[in-house]
Amino acid sequence: MTAEGETPLLEAKGIVKRFGALVANEISDFSVRGGEVLALLGENGAGKSTLAKILYGYYTPDAGEIFVNGRQVEIASPRDARALGIGMVFQNFTLIPALSVFDNVALFQKNLPAVVPRAEILERMRRYAGRFRLAVDPWMQAGQLAVGDQQKVEILKQLLAGARMLILDEPTKVLAPQESEGLFETLAELRAEGLGIVLITHKLREVLACADRIAVMRHGRVVGVVDRREAKEEDLLALMFGDKPMQLPPPLLDPAGRHDRGIRALELVDVSSSGGAGQTPLRNISMKLQSGEIVGIAGVSGNGQREFGDLILGLQRPDAGIKLLWGEDASRWSVAAVRDKGVASVPDDPLALACVPGLTVRENLVLGSGERYSAGLGVDWRRLDADMNRSFARLGFPRPNLEARAATLSGGNLQRIVLARELAQQPRLIVALYPTRGLDARSTMMVRALLRDMRDRGAAVLLISEDLDELFEVSDRLLVLFHGAIAAEFTPEDFRADLVGPLMVGATEQSDAA
Amino acid sequence: MRLDGATLWACASARAKGFAFVTAAALGVFATLLVAAGKDPLEAYIDTLTYVFGNAYGFSELLVRMIPLMLTAVAAALPARIGLINVGAEGQLYMGAWLATAGALALPDLPAFVLLPLLTLLGFVGGGLWALVAGVLRALRLVNETISTLLLNYIAPLIVSYFIFGPWRSPETASYPQSPAFVEAARLPTFFHSRVHFGLVYALASLVLYWLVMTRTRIGLDMRAIGGNPEAARRLGIPIIRYILTVMFIAGGVAGLAGMAEVTAIQGRLVSELSPGYGFIGFLVSWLAGSSAAGIVTMSFLFALISSVGDILQITQGVPYAVVNILMAVILFIVLGRHSVGSVAR
Ligand SMILES: Nc1ncnc2c1ncn2[C@@H]1O[C@H](COP(=O)(O)OP(=O)(O)OP(=O)(O)O)[C@@H](O)[C@H]1O
Ligand SMILES: [Mg+2]
Repeated sequence: MTAEGETPLLEAKGIVKRFGALVANEISDFSVRGGEVLALLGENGAGKSTLAKILYGYYTPDAGEIFVNGRQVEIASPRDARALGIGMVFQNFTLIPALSVFDNVALFQKNLPAVVPRAEILERMRRYAGRFRLAVDPWMQAGQLAVGDQQKVEILKQLLAGARMLILDEPTKVLAPQESEGLFETLAELRAEGLGIVLITHKLREVLACADRIAVMRHGRVVGVVDRREAKEEDLLALMFGDKPMQLPPPLLDPAGRHDRGIRALELVDVSSSGGAGQTPLRNISMKLQSGEIVGIAGVSGNGQREFGDLILGLQRPDAGIKLLWGEDASRWSVAAVRDKGVASVPDDPLALACVPGLTVRENLVLGSGERYSAGLGVDWRRLDADMNRSFARLGFPRPNLEARAATLSGGNLQRIVLARELAQQPRLIVALYPTRGLDARSTMMVRALLRDMRDRGAAVLLISEDLDELFEVSDRLLVLFHGAIAAEFTPEDFRADLVGPLMVGATEQSDAA
Repeated sequence: MRLDGATLWACASARAKGFAFVTAAALGVFATLLVAAGKDPLEAYIDTLTYVFGNAYGFSELLVRMIPLMLTAVAAALPARIGLINVGAEGQLYMGAWLATAGALALPDLPAFVLLPLLTLLGFVGGGLWALVAGVLRALRLVNETISTLLLNYIAPLIVSYFIFGPWRSPETASYPQSPAFVEAARLPTFFHSRVHFGLVYALASLVLYWLVMTRTRIGLDMRAIGGNPEAARRLGIPIIRYILTVMFIAGGVAGLAGMAEVTAIQGRLVSELSPGYGFIGFLVSWLAGSSAAGIVTMSFLFALISSVGDILQITQGVPYAVVNILMAVILFIVLGRHSVGSVAR
């Protein structure tokens, strides 16, 4: 523990960063001490990632001063930041997939001599890995690692490069709960070594479990820094969102419009698909999903989640078995045909799979709507705007700047765009993969509430997630997906982590597949 | 790939930079050669520019060169919007000319008002089908379109040669391989007692349509989505294969129009040396223009000017025309190099 008054590891003063008219950061004072975990909280679009990127030299601030160990420094590029001992782990990892773990780590070291001192680097890797619980096989190809292990390599390469401060931007967004636990153990070890850690996250529970201090950002400013021992969840939420943060707006949908209960929306009969290279084959999947029902699919990602979604959406065809949508054989329907029938899709990576970064938000909102907004050869933008405004309002999301290019949106805001678009048209079947990933606490609550509302109105919802709390909260039934097959089925009485959790990692006391 | 709209200003300034860069490169290369040959470059430039801009003929010849450049640039720009690289406008131009010739030779008795639209259509279809070959190969994921369009460029002129050496060889000029002269009804009209021909209307219409489709229509939006993120486009149900085939056909068709106009307006018959590499220069024009319609016009102008200058310097100063080709190649390398470096850095 560092005493008050000691020189902070890093201090930023008067930082201003504008993007056009938008002030993304206006920070009077922000400091990180050695030997602490500083959590950075804030609603989507608050400016957390922007601040992180400024500290890592990825963006140049319009104004402000940065001090490292009390000395004013110029951080014009990530290289400068690394030279100053500042490391950052981005959300989308930057490993070179075709190279081994060792090569990835070695290549990142500054002043690497022409003849790589393999033994020495390997020895240091082993030492660091042992001490900080970052063990990964150095000879594995980086692309073949699970996300959690990739993250370990990211951290390892920063440590070997001499990082004294580590910024992690939503590191737990893509991790399974067990993997998150491992990460926190690593962070605790690093803190004990005297490193300063900035942890950006939306999960309050994690913050309260492992942070020493908590900084809250709102509209580009740091509106409060709280000591963990004094922090209470309600206070943090109030700092993040203002008054009455977690109140649902009264009726989300017209409750009169109930219909469609108990109709079989989706049925898979003994479906198998081999999948392509790098995909998980699906094995003999049989399941039913009715309108007015939310079925959760639990599983550690990489067990066939994306393939399962793709199969339903018509992106992949079954090699064997039948897929029925509302009683019709839909095994060979195109994506467009499936969507036209009222199927909405929230994929697991909005930037790569659901948006076109170079197009504006408005243009992205019209994609995938078939002929719905066509007006002659053009698009009826007015009608689109009206529908989308309604959808954003219903989700309690602020209206985005429709002219902004999607590439400039914050991670959570991009996810909001996809959700608003997909849930705008009263879908009859919703296939949602990790729909609340990257969303702030309030948006998460709103999305779950809307999914339940849509279910009550007769939508069928397939919720694929690795977050058991989320699954238990909204599911009517739960299936466990393991190695491309359905390993078990649970009803709400058995929604307990100690029952479901082991099956997600391959335990087999309940061997009869549903 | 750049976009219209929000980034218009950035585009315009990038284009201005490109324009300045090409001009400087051209002036520099020509000047070096002139100095090396012991001539005064300044004087040569002044003479040349007075010749090009000082009289109606010089300027009309510039326009004549711009026509195929604009058409072949559209042929490259359209596929570029969905992320395809069409370097085959040259071959597509030849096949447009070939099929139009077939029509002109087969139907000499039709009146002009029937024959010319028909030949236009044939020119379009000829170029379109040629490009469609590459489109199909790409859609089936058999051959990358950059390779196939490039290779098809070598085949098209051979087909043309086969016909003018063989079945279509003109009996009157037996010593020189070319088709018989077209009937008067098959000649595309020209304007102002110059060689500026109706192809100019095709070129401008193609550009306007291209611009309208890309910025105003649903189709243009879908295309930009495919170009911007094909995986997302596929997942949103945009029919990518249909777009690949249609876009390649239309792009090839537009290049085919250039070929059709060359044979029906300029040559009046099918000849083997139909194009001095218009298709390649058109590709360069499209890249430097960032696929923008206005940029294509200005860049076509610039390249037409460079090749006119090259021509005149050849005649007046004895600078070989090959210099122009070398210059184009150098510019192409620099442009492509800069583009790929940019995309890696980001
Ligand atoms: N390159 C950019 N150009 C324009 N605007 C940008 C750019 N980067 C970020 N912004 C804007 O700045 C604001 C803050 O974005 P930032 O990514 O820092 O948010 P965040 O707090 O990380 O949010 P999230 O929790 O959703 O990740 C957003 O409104 C975003 O749209
Ligand atoms: Mg962020």
